[in-house]
Amino acid sequence: MEQTLYTVIVFSENRPGLLNQVSIIFNRRRLNIESLTVSASSIEGVHKFTITATTDEETISKVVKELEKRVDVLKAYYYVDSEIIYQEIALYKVDTEAVLNSDVIEELVRKYNARFLEITRSFSVIEMAGHTDEILEFYNALNEFGVMQFVRSGRIAITKSTKELLSDFLDQRNADKLLKD
Amino acid sequence: MRSFIAEGVDTIFGYPGGAIMPVYDALYDFRDHLRHILVRHEQGAAHAAEGYARVTGKTGVVLVTSGPAATNIITGVTDAMLDSTPMVVVTGQVVASLLATDAFQETDIVSITQPITKWSYQIRSASEIAWAIARAFYIAREGRPGPVVLDLTKNAQTELVDFHYKPCHFIRSYVPIPKPDMSNIEEAAKIINQSVRPFAIVGQGVILGHAENEVLAMLEKAQIPVASTLLGLSAVPSKHPLYKGMPGMHGKYSCNVKMNECDVLIGIGMRFDDRITSTLNSFAKQAKVIHFDIDQAEMHKNVKADVPVLGNVKETIPLVTALLSPNRHDEWIKSFDSYDDTEYDEVIKEELNPTSKDIKMGEVVHRISEKTNHDAIFVTDVGQNQMMGARYSQFTKSRSFVTSGGLGTMGFGLPAAVGAKIGKPDRTVCLFVGDGGFQMTIQELGTIMQENIGVKIVLLNNNFLGMVRQWQEMFFDERYSFTTLHNPDFVKIAAAYGIKGKRIKEHHELDAAIEEMFQDDAPYLLEVQIEPKGMVFPMVPAGAPISDVRLK
Repeated sequence: MEQTLYTVIVFSENRPGLLNQVSIIFNRRRLNIESLTVSASSIEGVHKFTITATTDEETISKVVKELEKRVDVLKAYYYVDSEIIYQEIALYKVDTEAVLNSDVIEELVRKYNARFLEITRSFSVIEMAGHTDEILEFYNALNEFGVMQFVRSGRIAITKSTKELLSDFLDQRNADKLLKD
Repeated sequence: MRSFIAEGVDTIFGYPGGAIMPVYDALYDFRDHLRHILVRHEQGAAHAAEGYARVTGKTGVVLVTSGPAATNIITGVTDAMLDSTPMVVVTGQVVASLLATDAFQETDIVSITQPITKWSYQIRSASEIAWAIARAFYIAREGRPGPVVLDLTKNAQTELVDFHYKPCHFIRSYVPIPKPDMSNIEEAAKIINQSVRPFAIVGQGVILGHAENEVLAMLEKAQIPVASTLLGLSAVPSKHPLYKGMPGMHGKYSCNVKMNECDVLIGIGMRFDDRITSTLNSFAKQAKVIHFDIDQAEMHKNVKADVPVLGNVKETIPLVTALLSPNRHDEWIKSFDSYDDTEYDEVIKEELNPTSKDIKMGEVVHRISEKTNHDAIFVTDVGQNQMMGARYSQFTKSRSFVTSGGLGTMGFGLPAAVGAKIGKPDRTVCLFVGDGGFQMTIQELGTIMQENIGVKIVLLNNNFLGMVRQWQEMFFDERYSFTTLHNPDFVKIAAAYGIKGKRIKEHHELDAAIEEMFQDDAPYLLEVQIEPKGMVFPMVPAGAPISDVRLK
C-alpha cells in the first residue's frame, strides 16, 4: 500500500498519562513516530499533540479512530501535507570565526530567511524555520563551514480548512451537557 | 465504600493485602451492605467479576492490593477489554511519597493497564476518590463497556475528607453513544428491502444494548435468517425458526457457506472477528455489508462496510425496521437445510449418539441442555469444551452463555461460573471445562466451598489439551508435543473441598449422573471421562476461506 507522511493532530484533556496512551497505539502497529510535539492548545485546558508518521491511509485512519476512542481524547484527525500549513524550527551552532572569515554564511542566512540568535567570541547560533527538507538543505550548506551542533523541533501544523472542527465539537458537547444537567 | 454503595454495588470480588488494608478495614463496617467474595487468587476475582457482569448486566467490582495482586488481575482485565465486559478494579498502591522508589509491592499498574482498559487512573488523595469512582463506573458501563482500573494509594485510603458523591453523567471528551445518521439508516433499509438473500449475524452488542426484541422484530418483519457469534449466543432463542446457529472456525456448515453466498450481510453489534471471517480477502466478497455497531473504531476495521450504521442497536435497529417492507425469503431460508442435513449426518448424529464405546463431549452438552430445558446459564472454559458447549447447548433466555471469546483465556471458566451463580442465584449455572483449563484456576474450588456456591461443574476429561492436540493431529503430523496430561483424582480433590462429585465413563451412566447433579442446588463436580482423541468438527482451517469447511 502507498506510503505517505501523515500529520496526526490530537486534542485531549490535560490529564496525566495521555502521552503514553497515544504512543502505545502507534507502537502496537510498529508505526515509527517521526516527530511529536505536545503543548497547550489555543483553547484553555485542551492539549494538542502533533504527530507525524509514514504509513498507508487505511492504517492511519484506524490509528486515528483508536486515538479518539481513548476516553480523555477529545478529537483526532489526520492530514496529508497539502491540507495543512506546517513548520519546524532548527538551531545551528557554528564557529564565529567561520562567520567572520567569509560572506557566504551571511548570504545563506539571508537566502534561507534565517537569523542570528546569539553571537559570542567562539560560537554563533542561527535559527531557521521551515520544512524538513529546507532545514536539511540549510544544514548541508552551513556544514561546509562546520556545524558544531544542530537541533530541530518536531512539526507543528495548522489546517487550511476554514471550519474549526474542534470548536464545533466542543460547542456540541456543551449543548449535550446542558441537556444532561 | 459509600461511593460503591452510591453506584449500586452489592457484591465485590477481592483479596486483601498490605496496600489495600485501610479499605478492607472500612469494608468490615459495611458487611451488611456489601457482599465480599474472598477468592483464592486475584485472577479468579477478575474472572468472577466478569461472569457476574455478563449474566446481570451490572458492573463487576474487584478489590485487590498492590504489586503482585495488581499484576495478577491483568489477564481478567484484558479478557474484559476484549469481550466488552463492564468492570471496575480497585488496586491498592503504596503511599504516594514512596511512588517510583521500587517500594515493597509497588508496581506501575496504571502504565501496565493503559492498553487493556477503557480508563486507568491513579488516585493520590482522598479528595479524588468520589470523583474517580463515579467516573470509573460511568466509563465502564456506558457505550461499549469495558474495564477500568483505579489505583488507590495507601495515603488516599487513610486521609479524611468530607464525602460528597456526585454520580457522573457526562464526560466532555467521551461520546459513549454516537447519534444515528439518518442517511445511513435509510440506505441500510433500502438495501435490505432490495435484498434477495439477506443474512444477519448478531453479536454481544445486541445483549449489551438490551436490543434482543428490537433485533428479532426486524428479522421477523423482513424474514432474515440469522446467525450468532460466540459472544452473541442466547441473544436469539435457539429454537427460533430464523435462527441458523453460530458461524466461524467451528461453526455451522450452512452459516459459513451462506456468508459467502448471501447478497446482503448484516452485522449487528459484532466485530467480524477473525474466527468468524477466516481470511478477509475471501470473506463475503459478493455481499453488500451493513454494519451496526456502537464503536466507531470497529467500522471498516476488519470488513469494509458498504453501510456503517453507528449507534446503539437498541436505537438504530427500530429506525431501520420502520423503513422495511414486510418480506419473505422462503427459498433462501430453505437453502440452509441441505447443509444442515449434511452436517447432521456427518458430524452431529455420531456426536450425539455415539456408536463407539467412549462418551463424546457433544453428547454430554446436549443431554445437559435438554435436562435443564435449555434454560440454564452455561459457562465454558476455552478449547474443545468451549466449542462443544457453544455448538450443542441451546438457549431460551438472553445472557445465558458466558465464555472467554476474544482473549480465549484458559482458566476463565471456573471463576466465571462462580461469578455467574452469585449474579443469578436462582438459575442453574453449569460449567463445561476441560482438564487443562480446570487446573489453571482450580484453587477457586476453595471459594465455592467457603461461600457454598451452587455451581455445577462438568469436567470433560480427555487427559489431553484437546484443542491443541486436534491441531497437532491435523496440521502438525501427529506430533503430540506436550499435550498429554497426567491428571490427579479430580473427584477426590473436589471431595477435599467438601464438593460432591462423581466420575463416569459409560454412556449408560450419563443420564443418572446428570439427574443426580441437578437434584439440589449444591455445588457438584461431574467428571466425564470422554473419548481421548475427540475432535471438534466442522472445522475451517486457519488461513482458508470461511466456506472451505471440513466435516472430518
